[in-house]
Amino acid sequence: MSTDATETRPTDASPDRPGAINAVPVRHPGRWIAIAVIVILAAMLLHLLLSNKAFDWRFVFQAMNQQPVINGFIKGTLLVTVLSMIIGVGGGVVLAVMRLSDNPILAGVSWVFTWFFRSIPRYILLFTMGTLGILFQQGIAFGVPFDWKIIDWLGLSGDWRFYTLDANQIFTGIVAGVIGLGLSEAAYMAEIARAGIMSVDPGQAEAAEALGMSSGKVMRRVVLPQAMRVIVPPTGNETIAMLKDTSLLLAVPVIGELFYQLQSIGSTYYKTFPIAVAATLYYLAATSVLMVGQYFLERHFGRGFGTKAPRAARPAGAGGA
Amino acid sequence: MALVEIKNLHKSFGSNHVLRGIDFTVEQGEVVCVIGPSGSGKSTLLRCVNLLEKPQQGQVIVRGEDITDPDCHLDAARQQIGMVFQQFNLFPHLSVLANCTVAQRTVLKRGPQDADRIARANLERVGLSDKIDAYPAQLSGGQQQRVAIARALSMDPALMLFDEPTSALDPELVGDVLTVMRKLALDGMTMLVVTHEMAFAREVADRVVFMDAGVIVEQGPPADVIGSPTEERTRTFLRRVLDPTHVEPS
Ligand SMILES: Nc1ncnc2c1ncn2[C@@H]1O[C@H](COP(=O)(O)OP(=O)(O)O)[C@@H](O)[C@H]1O
Ligand SMILES: [Mg+2]
Repeated sequence: MSTDATETRPTDASPDRPGAINAVPVRHPGRWIAIAVIVILAAMLLHLLLSNKAFDWRFVFQAMNQQPVINGFIKGTLLVTVLSMIIGVGGGVVLAVMRLSDNPILAGVSWVFTWFFRSIPRYILLFTMGTLGILFQQGIAFGVPFDWKIIDWLGLSGDWRFYTLDANQIFTGIVAGVIGLGLSEAAYMAEIARAGIMSVDPGQAEAAEALGMSSGKVMRRVVLPQAMRVIVPPTGNETIAMLKDTSLLLAVPVIGELFYQLQSIGSTYYKTFPIAVAATLYYLAATSVLMVGQYFLERHFGRGFGTKAPRAARPAGAGGA
Repeated sequence: MALVEIKNLHKSFGSNHVLRGIDFTVEQGEVVCVIGPSGSGKSTLLRCVNLLEKPQQGQVIVRGEDITDPDCHLDAARQQIGMVFQQFNLFPHLSVLANCTVAQRTVLKRGPQDADRIARANLERVGLSDKIDAYPAQLSGGQQQRVAIARALSMDPALMLFDEPTSALDPELVGDVLTVMRKLALDGMTMLVVTHEMAFAREVADRVVFMDAGVIVEQGPPADVIGSPTEERTRTFLRRVLDPTHVEPS
């Protein structure tokens, strides 16, 4: 490889411009070699994708276009991700606030919850959620706790229950899946939210308290908005992980789920590899959308930090995703 | 009746007995400057006045209400006491205007227009009308501290606490903040100021309190306490502050 063409001549500087810097740009031969290698590898990959019959792109797109698959993606993947993350983030923030409170009972409950749900593999947790109906064969009732004992003790009859849910309807399908994934996520989000809350200067809470804000307002108006700057990036990661963990819904079991539906098509037509490609494409697309969303959230919660004007800190387009 | 009355105040951090029986009062409209060596408990005393620190013993009575009483509505008591911190502690995620309205809206339940008007008036008072939409990080230290004063004033406090408000500032920015405080004193605000600015204390204070090792050693008009102190500890402290390059003969 010749580098003659890129040689820059410092002699251009005229003698009447003293102090012209005799600068020779740093050359990076390694960088050019790397680019060449990557270009060749990319060409090989493209060739493989286009020419190898195993990909069967027509079948891939047909499979992706089936209504049960689309439903599985929208309900089993997207909806479950959104609902589980709502439970996870909300629960996580509550658990973090409990954990950091001065009340040892609240802190203890939070610790036990986190310990329990972080210990169970999600696959096993989801399987368990699908079987919990057996614990509540008479349903889950809302009313006076231990009402039958109290009624017995008072010598009365009847019950003090206002509303009864059929447990077998809760602990089944997507509802069980969302509860399981949401509780598990809350345990992880609790740690993330705790780190975020602790990252906020204690002087912030003091200033807010000195203004007469109650502890709830201090948390909502002053501490949490600043903690979000630290909480959002790992939460984006968690959301992406959750998106993929929805494929574990099969353990509940939930059959209205993307990969289950793709697999059943694959086994009908004896095509397994194109099915894997179809699933990969779905997950790639969904993850890309999430990354764009994360970019905007990070920008929103980064307001006021750093010395630049908040609006000037915007890079061109959403390219940061 | 005194605006603030402190009786036999004791505060310890673990085995560190920081306040050892403080008694003093601040009258309505009075400007009291607290001076004393670093670590003598000045900040702790100030933070006990709005109960950011809980004293182990003694009473803090604000407008006749004992705020150390567990039944006292602490948040309500704190609304009447503005506080300005050494490190400003502005809310970095809120604009200057929102810093001055957030507590008005959420604590005093003022409507958006009222809160806005009052915040603007106070920002004008500290000379920062043109920075309303800026974020704290875009301001100099002196400007941030003046916003912090406007934020506290927006709650219409009966008393303002200042904990070394100029100690974190570059020397050329100190003057602007002191000018604002001087104006506030002239307007009749009751102020309790921890400071090392002896010239300010001499000029503005009605009374100077000298603290050392958790007790009040000496207090009185600035001309007495700073001009001709009677206690040896006060004299030693003032010699160090007024002539930092002076070397004590050993
Ligand atoms: N939150 C705290 N925890 C433990 N010790 C503290 C705390 N705040 C202050 N102290 C101690 O109390 C003493 C007095 O501190 P402070 O009131 O800040 O003094 P000053 O403001 O006069 O410099 C110091 O010894 C300091 O270490
Ligand atoms: Mg101090």
